[in-house]
Amino acid sequence: MHIPLSWYLILAAALFCIGLFGVMSRKNAIAILLGIELMLNAVNINLVAFWRYLDPTKMAGQAFAVIVFAVAAAEVAVGLALIISVYRRRNTIIADEIDLMKW
Amino acid sequence: MHPDQIIFFLCAALILISALFVVISRNLIHAALWLVAALFGVAVLFALLNANFLAVVQVVVYIGAIAILFLFAVMLTRKDIRDRGPQMRRSWWIPALLGLLILAGLVYLIFAQPGIDRTAAAIPAGVDPLRALGKALVSPGGYVLPFEVSSILLLAALVGAVYVAITKKS
Amino acid sequence: MSLQDFLADPILFISNWLQGLLVGWKLPSGLATVIVFLIGILALVIFAMLFDIFLVWVERKVVARFQDRLGPNRIGPFGLIQPFADIIKLVIKEDITPDGADKVVYNIAPVLAAVSVIILWAVLPLSSKIFGVDLNVAVLYLVAAGALGTLAIIMAGWSSNNKYALLGAYRMVANMVSYEIPMVVTLLIPTILADTMSLNGITQSQETIWYVFLSPLGMLIFLISSIAELGRSPFDLNEAESEIVAGFHIEYSGMKFGWFYASELLHAFTFGGFVGILFFGGWQVPFLMADGFHFGSFVVALPGIGVILLQAVAFMVKAMIGYWVIMWVKYSMPRIRIDQMLAFNWKFLTPLSLVLLSATAVLTKLLSGFPLWIFGVGMFLSNLLIGWITIEILRFYAHRQRRLEEPLAQPASVAARR
Repeated sequence: MHIPLSWYLILAAALFCIGLFGVMSRKNAIAILLGIELMLNAVNINLVAFWRYLDPTKMAGQAFAVIVFAVAAAEVAVGLALIISVYRRRNTIIADEIDLMKW
Repeated sequence: MHPDQIIFFLCAALILISALFVVISRNLIHAALWLVAALFGVAVLFALLNANFLAVVQVVVYIGAIAILFLFAVMLTRKDIRDRGPQMRRSWWIPALLGLLILAGLVYLIFAQPGIDRTAAAIPAGVDPLRALGKALVSPGGYVLPFEVSSILLLAALVGAVYVAITKKS
Repeated sequence: MSLQDFLADPILFISNWLQGLLVGWKLPSGLATVIVFLIGILALVIFAMLFDIFLVWVERKVVARFQDRLGPNRIGPFGLIQPFADIIKLVIKEDITPDGADKVVYNIAPVLAAVSVIILWAVLPLSSKIFGVDLNVAVLYLVAAGALGTLAIIMAGWSSNNKYALLGAYRMVANMVSYEIPMVVTLLIPTILADTMSLNGITQSQETIWYVFLSPLGMLIFLISSIAELGRSPFDLNEAESEIVAGFHIEYSGMKFGWFYASELLHAFTFGGFVGILFFGGWQVPFLMADGFHFGSFVVALPGIGVILLQAVAFMVKAMIGYWVIMWVKYSMPRIRIDQMLAFNWKFLTPLSLVLLSATAVLTKLLSGFPLWIFGVGMFLSNLLIGWITIEILRFYAHRQRRLEEPLAQPASVAARR
């Protein structure tokens, strides 16, 4: 209650940028997924901060955050299943080496 | 210095330092464990924002399920027990520069909004966010449609993940 | 600030007095509040850890009696000093870190395992006025603490650099993650009946009737899935001594192993406490209200502190009985295989608990206007009906299985007789 809204937003922006850096600069496919998780968490922080500071009686912010939880869980499950399947066939998970469909 | 601000600073330090180690760690298991620390910091932040339900669900879903999924996936896809070689691409400074530029842009956009420095009003008495969230997620005038659709999404993801990852014993 | 206030609510009196003392020493009042809270947390944690030492003695005596022997009886009267001897032995043992182990993760794992149990005591209401915090999502907090425990086990298994530790950790995590589902679903049953997720609220609303009479099947499913969550026999695949030596804590020696062991016992006791709170009324004593015993219109007045202590004793007794039931199951049943265990969860417990939850929710809505005894009888009968239908379905499947296997058994016995 003594914390300005801008602090939360800057924290979320910084977390998002760190996640973005992780996605773009890592070789390992699982490490890229870790960066995506950081970005999703940054979005959640933003949603909940706006819910609290703008109008805590309307539930749109929290409901959206709950849906983001569900979507993140689904995406991680499918993503990791795909990575494990690719590893079984190609014996590698370096994103650059999985280039069979590249031109 | 209000105690709320001290807690916020400690939390923010935990989250940002853990996130940095997630993207820099050479050892993937360590990266996944730093992710757990970052997620825990986000849960504490949710509790600070009076979103108790989301704080606990963050620990249960992210740390209790997603982080454990990551740990298992890392353990199942290791060619060599010791991580060797660089884990970053050779041109890692381009994403770093891009990230800093985007951060600067976002901070500028944030401060360009009038009234962004507001502090939170107290939650009006008689409003229970937990009950209101429960009602909102199942009331037809609320968010029942996205809620049900996300449950179907989870079902599809479950079936898909099991099908993709299963090995048929012939 | 008088003896009257102390007798009415001792904890509040002590915290106010401490706060006054600290402010008198020229500390800012915010800092004084934080220090008083820290002292309260320390007191609760110290009580939990000291009680844990007593639980070691209880465990060894009870297992001895189940196995028809005496248990520790040399050191101290009835062997009460035995746990202290155990602790001294563990502390002076050599701390071996295996070669190639991940040192930081290896050392944090036992601490995390112990922490995930101690944080449960923050929401446990020991009495109507003795509790850590009245969290309004305490039921989910339980599940979150279990998730932290699962993480500690993976960390321990992986960082030991040992195939058997890793296998034990995998099996244990599959166990814990699977049985979280029936546990969460049956945790929702007292939530629906009490209309709140706070453990204090659930205990207070059991003033008229305990939930075990409204949902005995729910209590059974919660008990079974919490025994599986704890990793106790018959679900103790992590320490299947005949199969994988000691599972995920093979490589831990000395006090680190002591932490795993002590936290497992405290976890079992805490879950006995949760069974007591959720289904057996927690600190509720029949006929005891806030100011004494009420037998109809005849009132036996008791000072506040008497009521509080009586409720705390009632809670401890119920938690001990729950712990004793968990130990009883552990020392009477053989271990089950991992595929049997997972089949039991996914093919039996999960559908059953989901059906039970739906029935509870529907009945609560339908019978909400009726007096209590109709509601109670309706819920109890619905539980019996679901239980009976389940047993009939199981019997049908068992008969079909037996009829399938019979023709195969015939030729062998005919050949043997010839």
